[in-house]
Amino acid sequence: MARRTINVDVLARVEGEGALRLVVDGSVLREAELRIFEPPRFFEAFLRGRSYTEVPDITARICGICPVAYQMSAVHAMEDALGIVISPAVRELRRLLYCGEWIESHVLHMYMLHAPDFLGYDGAVEMAADHPEIVKTGLAIKKVGNAILKLLGGREIHPVNVRVGGFYRVPTKRELGALREDLKRALEASLGTVKLVAGFEFPDCERDYDLVALGDAGEYPFNAGRVVSNKGLSITPPEYDAHFEEYHVKRSNALHSRHVGAGAYLTGPLARYSLNSALLSPLAQQAAREAGLGPTCNNPFRSIVIRAVEVVYALDEALRVIDAYEPPDRPFAEAPLRAGIGYACTEAPRGMLYHRYEIAEDGSILDAKIVPPTSQNLPSIEDDLRSFAPGWLSETNDRLRHLCEQTIRNHDPCISCATHFLKVDVVRV
Amino acid sequence: MAKPPRKPKLAVWKFASCDGCQLSLLDCEDELLAVAGAVEIAYFPEATRAVLKGPYDVSLVEGSVTTQHDAERLLEVRRQSRRVITIGACATAGGIQALRNFKDVVGFTSVVYAHPEFIETLATSTPISAHVEVDYELRGCPIDKHQLLEVLTAFLNGRRPNIPAHSVCVDCKARGTVCVLVRGAAACLGPVTHAGCGAICPAYNRGCYGCFGPKETPNPVSLAPRLVDAGMDKTALHRVYRTFNPVADAFKKESERHGA
Repeated sequence: MARRTINVDVLARVEGEGALRLVVDGSVLREAELRIFEPPRFFEAFLRGRSYTEVPDITARICGICPVAYQMSAVHAMEDALGIVISPAVRELRRLLYCGEWIESHVLHMYMLHAPDFLGYDGAVEMAADHPEIVKTGLAIKKVGNAILKLLGGREIHPVNVRVGGFYRVPTKRELGALREDLKRALEASLGTVKLVAGFEFPDCERDYDLVALGDAGEYPFNAGRVVSNKGLSITPPEYDAHFEEYHVKRSNALHSRHVGAGAYLTGPLARYSLNSALLSPLAQQAAREAGLGPTCNNPFRSIVIRAVEVVYALDEALRVIDAYEPPDRPFAEAPLRAGIGYACTEAPRGMLYHRYEIAEDGSILDAKIVPPTSQNLPSIEDDLRSFAPGWLSETNDRLRHLCEQTIRNHDPCISCATHFLKVDVVRV
Repeated sequence: MAKPPRKPKLAVWKFASCDGCQLSLLDCEDELLAVAGAVEIAYFPEATRAVLKGPYDVSLVEGSVTTQHDAERLLEVRRQSRRVITIGACATAGGIQALRNFKDVVGFTSVVYAHPEFIETLATSTPISAHVEVDYELRGCPIDKHQLLEVLTAFLNGRRPNIPAHSVCVDCKARGTVCVLVRGAAACLGPVTHAGCGAICPAYNRGCYGCFGPKETPNPVSLAPRLVDAGMDKTALHRVYRTFNPVADAFKKESERHGA
């Protein structure tokens, strides 16, 4: 068979700029690699010399979609370094803030980026022409996530209210209570979302992933827990560097990560759910069962169902936090400055986010290490393509290209985080 | 029967950035479908695979220029666009990644990457206006979505956007926030910072950190002693102006007064 070249110049509906290259030789897939050309921005370098107090505001700017994740990993790492113990109310408010981000980010991905793949549209605006109610429902749920971020964070993108030790200002009971009715409506709508996405057609693609997420926390994880895997790993965040390493490949401005001695691993909704599904709220567990999910899931195409279940959970959890809320005596905790190293892992919508900082005695940053979820997932995304694409080689170029794009979008990659624009080349030899 | 008038073509372009400013458009949950009805979304890869050929009536440009390839791509964006509107601190003032402009980029690269030789980057991060003519610059890190809607509406209707260039202080007064600087609660860049965010930080009991960049005719020199009174030392003053809009002229000059 003659060499066939397929180019997808723009892989759309992901966050960031990158490219995919497939080389197909007759009926054999020779190469599948992601190239990331999102230009580097050097956050770890310019954090050096900044005050530890500035880090949550600065690292937020790594990603406009999940700034809260960067703020949460940053403040927990600083508190680890300085020995600051946060109040229970602050802990709960941080869960609430993260609920807001999961809702906003997951709904954006499900309705605007991912659902069009399953329903056969180029994007949500095109989809809205035929399915206005679907798109309007998505926007309404997303708006409630953003309302949490706006109230608790001050604004939706790059919130201003997060600080080391807690918040600059904590909300009153009445302010939080005002969210309740909208949250209840969104919760009702989100059960509909689970039904909608559970009805999509999923290719029969499963892989035996090394799934890594926070776990053993006694709660569905946001900010706390051990780093656990379905292969028996259980470590604390300070042990992360001994078990996972970043490496630099020539085609990419994003670093890739591997599990030392094991290779590619996967973080994100599949991992989080498979390791923690028993800890979802009863309502979210019921929604998962009705959607046909078991206690674990290894089909990345079904990640959209897990995101929908996690949105149910996040809305349910937000209501729980709001109903139980008593404002703390002080909005934040403090401790005397000291030199030290701090570590934290938290669960960004698209996967685990690791931060490590070394702080000098005067509170300035000596060294910073940030490993975004997409860097951790890139090797697994490539492995998905290598595993699944050979089964699709008899498809037309258009269909093959679309399936490969979808394979990438399954993991909601944020290439701005990992360093947007995915250009897909398929070369048929 | 006459043909209905052609809808204006809207394109959204990304350069070095966090995606937050273009996300602001998707965050207009109540208005997004109306916007999509009023324009033809011709290029917006974060939202759709569909691509229409230029020329475009309005291009929104996010991000700063940090690679030679992007510098060339921007020239083509300008050639294809009737109006170019930059959105956000990166596109308007180089963004936080312009911190490299004050350092040795080779050193920066080796802090982050094992193989700096694989990385293609320019020594500087520059705003869009350093490369092409820009029709309007919208401030903020991130931009405010209501201001974005105002600017889009204005350009689609051929009028000037109503975006005040006064300081955050004016918005604090309008909001009824007691001044954090006066009551000694926090050092605040509000007096020299462009309004647009809604004066959020003081309402959350912290000082403004200047993410909208300098207001029209700012006077940071006279503000400095007040910031010192509020607890900022020389290095803190140097750093606070050198964060999200480090190469905006007034902020750059003021940071230089407080250190190299």
